[in-house]
Amino acid sequence: MSSLGKALTTVRRYPSAVIALIIILGLIGVAVYAVVSIPLSEAIYLWRGTDQVWSDTPRNAQPAWTNVFRSKKLPETFVVRMGDSEKTTEQLGEAMWRETSVLTFDYKYSLFPTEMNFFFDVTFETREPQVTITWITPDGEERRLFRGNVRPGQRFAISQDDKLTRNLGTLPDVGLFAVPETLAEGAEPEVWKGGYALRVEAITFEEGSSVDGRLVVYGDVYGAAGTDHLRRDLMVGLLWGTPIALMFGLLATIGTTVLGFIIAAFGTWYGGWIDALIQRITEVNLMLPFLPILIMVGTFYSRSIWVMLAVIIALSIFTAAIKTYRAMFLQVKMSPYIEAARAYGASNTRIIFRYLIPKIIPVLIPNFVTGIPTFVFLEASLSVLGLGDPTLPTWGKILTNAYQGGALYRGYYYWVLEPAILLMITGLSFSMLGFALDRVFNPRLRGM
Amino acid sequence: MQDRDQALLEVKDLRTWFELRRWVFARAGYVKAVDGVSFDLPRGEALALVGESGSGKTSLARTVLGLYKPTAGDVVFEGMPLSQLNRRQMRAYRSDLGYVQQDPYGALPPFLSLRSILAEPLRVHRVRDKNEQDQRIHEVLEEVKLTPVSDFIQKFPHMLSGGQQQRAVIARAMILRPKLIAADEPVSMLDASVRIEILKLLRRIQEAHNLAVIYITHDLSTVRYFSERIFIMYAARTVEKAPVESLLEHHYHPYTEALLAAIPDPDPKNAETFRDVPAGEPPSLVNPPPGCRFHPRCPRAIEGLCEVEQPPTFEPQPSHFVECWLYRDEQKSGLG
Amino acid sequence: MAGNLLRVNDLILHFRTTRGVVQAVDGVSFDMNRNEALAVIGESGCGKTSLVRAILRLLPKNVHAYEGSVILNGVDTMKYSEERFRSEMRWISMSLVAQAAMNALNPVLRVGDQVAEPLVVHQGLRKQEALAQASEVFRMVGVSDDFLSRYAFELSGGMRQRAIIAMALITKPDLVVLDEPTSALDMLTQANIMNVLKSIKRELEQSFIFITHDVATTSELCDRGAVMYAGQIAELGNAQQFYLDPYHPYAQKLMGSVPTLRERKELEFIPGQPPSLISPPTGCRFAARCHRRFEACDQEPPLFELADGRSVKCWLYK
Repeated sequence: MSSLGKALTTVRRYPSAVIALIIILGLIGVAVYAVVSIPLSEAIYLWRGTDQVWSDTPRNAQPAWTNVFRSKKLPETFVVRMGDSEKTTEQLGEAMWRETSVLTFDYKYSLFPTEMNFFFDVTFETREPQVTITWITPDGEERRLFRGNVRPGQRFAISQDDKLTRNLGTLPDVGLFAVPETLAEGAEPEVWKGGYALRVEAITFEEGSSVDGRLVVYGDVYGAAGTDHLRRDLMVGLLWGTPIALMFGLLATIGTTVLGFIIAAFGTWYGGWIDALIQRITEVNLMLPFLPILIMVGTFYSRSIWVMLAVIIALSIFTAAIKTYRAMFLQVKMSPYIEAARAYGASNTRIIFRYLIPKIIPVLIPNFVTGIPTFVFLEASLSVLGLGDPTLPTWGKILTNAYQGGALYRGYYYWVLEPAILLMITGLSFSMLGFALDRVFNPRLRGM
Repeated sequence: MQDRDQALLEVKDLRTWFELRRWVFARAGYVKAVDGVSFDLPRGEALALVGESGSGKTSLARTVLGLYKPTAGDVVFEGMPLSQLNRRQMRAYRSDLGYVQQDPYGALPPFLSLRSILAEPLRVHRVRDKNEQDQRIHEVLEEVKLTPVSDFIQKFPHMLSGGQQQRAVIARAMILRPKLIAADEPVSMLDASVRIEILKLLRRIQEAHNLAVIYITHDLSTVRYFSERIFIMYAARTVEKAPVESLLEHHYHPYTEALLAAIPDPDPKNAETFRDVPAGEPPSLVNPPPGCRFHPRCPRAIEGLCEVEQPPTFEPQPSHFVECWLYRDEQKSGLG
Repeated sequence: MAGNLLRVNDLILHFRTTRGVVQAVDGVSFDMNRNEALAVIGESGCGKTSLVRAILRLLPKNVHAYEGSVILNGVDTMKYSEERFRSEMRWISMSLVAQAAMNALNPVLRVGDQVAEPLVVHQGLRKQEALAQASEVFRMVGVSDDFLSRYAFELSGGMRQRAIIAMALITKPDLVVLDEPTSALDMLTQANIMNVLKSIKRELEQSFIFITHDVATTSELCDRGAVMYAGQIAELGNAQQFYLDPYHPYAQKLMGSVPTLRERKELEFIPGQPPSLISPPTGCRFAARCHRRFEACDQEPPLFELADGRSVKCWLYK
């Protein structure tokens, strides 16, 4: 359509619109990437978030890149696997094997880790294997952390072990990494940077039995976006929030604008009682309290995002916008070409859809674009009010969690800032694009 | 069936009134836009309807086109009264008419290409075959001289000049092969030098297809070039009806005289004289004055007669009809 | 002496638009005497409305070039600053009756107040005195006093146009410019308005510039006439010469295309379209459509001043 091309060239003259367009394309790109790389069912599963899903992530960790701004880097989270280490196997008896793995790693941070876990992954038929884990400090000192039988899926919470705590005199994540002298009473524990090793000796009693495991040392930072109180990587929520926000905004806007438009067209064209009815419905609807009705529906009926979307659209069609469209349609209705169409016998529906509506669509477009962020914010607001879809990862949900988790009190600013900034960028970019489009399609505003 | 001699269009004492609504229920009267007009129009004849704004000429044309419903009286086309047509017949009637409007740009939907604009009437009348559409579009564009056709069909209205736009409007009016064209001020929004071109085109088309034309204008000076008969309308009635030459030579009705006196020719002597035109304005169509509607402004009103009774139609000369008491001694005419 | 009221020399007004620079007024020169009516005739796209803007300095924001001189009563108004022009020139020495002005009456003010406003603003008169003068001007344009206290919607089209003319006259300017004053009116109303203008010209010895595309109407109020084509004046002459015996081929064709009621004549039309004002052709701008063009026409002709007082921009009259 030539008018589309003309619109694009004119939009290019407004730098704000160009930036906005770039941002929007970026958001769309992120949305596509999110949908493609993490299918919806998986996203929901991940977001449900249990310890099993998020075992390798710390709680409330900041984004990893924030370390760039720190001289004293916060420790990162890392995993050392048995499978990656050197193994030696000896047969001790007829039905007894000992497998020794030494897991080595370097600890180079100035601060202590927040948590340490060892996860076991064992297979056996009847007899549980027996495992001994020994901690080896950089100077070769050994300390036994664990000896015992291991069941499948067992987790050894090193940092919560009472025996270790008593032995060390302090929390294991501090004690195991501290320079021994600094552990004395009244002194400030200092991190002993260097190469550490963990020796895992597993004694299995069956042929097919095996022992695998990993050590997870949790730091203060993780990933590109950090984590929340349920250890969930916020990237999942932020990524998936994008398509949901865009889709919600788009569908709601399309639904309300298109339907409102068509209804206004019909009302204006037929006039009489139809027009009067539509105007009265609009007036009544304008008085209805929007949010309370949503709250009622959400509380008593369903909080599914589709139900919410439907109710929002239903309540948003008959708004002041219909009155604006009506004014425009009334003007076009008087045009000579409409009269000519009646003269050559065009039917009412043909006139409405083929002659009336296309004339006004250009005016619709800027309203459409500026309407999108309204609904995006609405979705976020609903989440904050507790009406959001409980299963979906959305920006609003992240904000709600942050609020409930006292993010601002506890200094977890990233938790609030990340979804907030995304919401802001979305709102800004669509609004800027909408304003530029407004100037394109409503020539009278061009001087501004 | 049809009588050979029967006129294509017969308008019989037509009245088109519009209701004035105050609130939802109360009625405040009627705007009597057309209030008793009768005439016949055979094929091949161009009839000029001249009058000022509010005289009813546009409402008359719109009633003939089926855009307004007659309140009383009737419009009979090829023997069939409009008021008795059902939906299907009404649609067929519309394909016998063409409408050329005053504003060439407003008459064309700005978002459709010329081809689409011309195809619309065809589609409405069930000509769906692409080839036939193309052929008819080609035919009609050739006729209005928008050539080369292949160039013009892709253009949008804003790409055409005023004259070209009006040609497109004429093309659209012709595409259904009508028998009657209603042209409402077809050239008044065009430049002086283009007006003649378009009027000549319309004349040519009329002659080629033996069309009946109702040509509405407020510019009497173009009438001579374009029509056979002329009707002067004032306040919803036809006050004088005559062949063009006859009217220009003997104008009987005082209003006609005023109109003719008001029109300047480009003559430098005009600057020295004042024109003899009556003061005042055309009357309200809701409450027209009693008797002859022109009597408040008429320099020759007969006291006791003109303000009391509406004059019937007189025929001071053959085929020349006047609604004026000044000619009450002439033969009264029942015809129009 | 020619031009003792107004001398326009080489007036240029170009606008910047997204499609290029529109050379709307491209070197226009003419003179006017006191108590003279000058008609400027042109079709759409010839630049006549821009000429009005140029003379009255009612410029939009996208002006690209505005040069030349407009000398009114010996004073070059182009040299005035914007503020000085506003306080001393506009509506004091020159006023305007704009196109479709009757729709430009403020609907929320009484007509009398609006017509009196220029006096209050420019001459500092008190409301009472201003309204008294408004009443006087209303008499001149043929509207009764009652209408001073009415609102615009209560007046008919013809009366509104008269009110606008009154507003233009009330400060007794040296020059009134009328831009299509009657094109939206009916025939009888038009004749009435022209009568009004004629009587004002006689009574006040008022000078007018009358700009329109309606050739026939201009003859009502014309001592001298000028034809504009593509931003330039093609011919300028007195009424006799202009209407009855034009020299420029365009003017000839234009006169030939006006339908006449009283005289039988074969009408001509001009094929083609006027050139775009964005990139006007080099050479004579009418050459492409001229039936009498020859080789010299590849060069733009100057405005030749002939012995009988007229000016023609055509090589045929060198």
